[in-house]
Amino acid sequence: MRAAALATIAALVLLLAACGGNDSGKPELTVSAAASLNQAFTTYGKQFDDATVRFSFAGSDELAAQIEQGVKPDVYAAANTKLPDQLHAKGLVEKPVVFAGNRLVLAVPKGSSITSLADVEQPGVTLAIGSASVPVGSYTRTVLDQLPASKRDAILANVRSEEPDVAGIVGKLTQGAVDAGFVYRSDVQATNGRLEAIDLPASLEPEVAYGVAVVKGAQHPQQARAFVQGLLSGAGRRALQDAGFEPPPASK
Amino acid sequence: MSRRGWFGLVLVAALALVLCFLILPVVAIFVDTSPSELVSSLGEPGAREALRLSLVCTAISVAIIVVVGTPAAYLLATRRFRGRATIVTLIELPLVLPPAVAGIGLLAALGPNGLLGGLLDDAGIRLVLTTAGVIVALTFVAAPFYLRQAQSAFEALDPTWLDASRTLGASQARTFLRIAIPSAGSGLVSGLALAWGRALGEFGATLMFAGSFRGITQTVPLAIYERFSSDFTGALALSAVLVAVSAALLLAVKLLSGSTALGRAVR
Repeated sequence: MRAAALATIAALVLLLAACGGNDSGKPELTVSAAASLNQAFTTYGKQFDDATVRFSFAGSDELAAQIEQGVKPDVYAAANTKLPDQLHAKGLVEKPVVFAGNRLVLAVPKGSSITSLADVEQPGVTLAIGSASVPVGSYTRTVLDQLPASKRDAILANVRSEEPDVAGIVGKLTQGAVDAGFVYRSDVQATNGRLEAIDLPASLEPEVAYGVAVVKGAQHPQQARAFVQGLLSGAGRRALQDAGFEPPPASK
Repeated sequence: MSRRGWFGLVLVAALALVLCFLILPVVAIFVDTSPSELVSSLGEPGAREALRLSLVCTAISVAIIVVVGTPAAYLLATRRFRGRATIVTLIELPLVLPPAVAGIGLLAALGPNGLLGGLLDDAGIRLVLTTAGVIVALTFVAAPFYLRQAQSAFEALDPTWLDASRTLGASQARTFLRIAIPSAGSGLVSGLALAWGRALGEFGATLMFAGSFRGITQTVPLAIYERFSSDFTGALALSAVLVAVSAALLLAVKLLSGSTALGRAVR
């Protein structure tokens, strides 16, 4: 009995050691990135030759708050330009660049009877949106604020959960916990057909721009700059395109 | 210096290390929060709603755990039957489950697309993203803490007392209610405190299963997380309140369990 227990523990330890190894001798680059970048960045990270890339995906606002509290990743990539600009103004990151765009859409499970924004005003429909501080939630509120107050309030009254990042909204949707949610087009694409995207009227659509910056005091600034460069032209750009991101908005 | 003195120093150093490491973050929360910030953050409606929700949900979940868990633990402690060890292990499993796994498991079991989702739906019961869902998540993660403690409290009872009670003509139910529960009182109460504390702090399973919505499903830990990015001071203040509530709970329980003669007798 005891030998079996010890053997089990030893096997687990070996398994863990096998998973966690970084024996390539390359530097380890830490990238804090918006949850919506998960798929594109993971693909890009595998192709990035200069370093082994370790990602921390969460709401852009949570990651910015971590940097303000002294956490030092090498690269910070956000789903808006406001957060990197604010960190830059505080002297915490180098000058940010805009590297991608995205589109806010209304996402519904495949085969849903909801086909337009007007459908989610109906009583009884349930919605998940981002909390006010995370970019996806703030874009959502920008869209809703342009609607007539009665429509906006009808939609807000249907909100059942304010999630800390897009991953939470997508999770609630794919689990059937809510009928619809506001996420990015690339998030819908990443679900491989489990969700469908409903475009918002062009007049309401917010400009979604992603900003990235090298963190000041980064451990591997050289590799961090190469990582950012690859997002603008190179493997990163291609990975973003494949994942359904748009080129950076021209106005920026 | 004698050998024993040297070893004694190691023990003291280890304890000092443990104390510093465990207490420092708690102290930091209070050092970084001024009393005025604490008061003003409590004046904010979102924070008060989160506190009220946390207290109500944890109280209901702990009540469910005690009512159902006490007889279940009594059975496990006093009877020997096949499969008992397996059941004990299964019941303790949630203790070591990461909250995210608990959240996924609850969704897979009780979510709209889950195992029992259709059944619940037919019965008109909706747990996901509701206050009831919060209580389910809290109960799931906190119950093993009580069950485990209650079981060992009942196991520590002298079986001859229970036999004596029955020999004197008391029914099994009466023995359970009048002898076993009061005698195991202090163990049960400390299990209750552990479960309550765990429920108060629950975050991951609640977020995944019940979501986060002010006044409906946003308990204090979720409110703290929401404030982390936008309002660090507010997050600290709310954390301080949670520490104070949890500490008060722990203290009350310690005093309560220490004051009963039967509780002392068992210990």
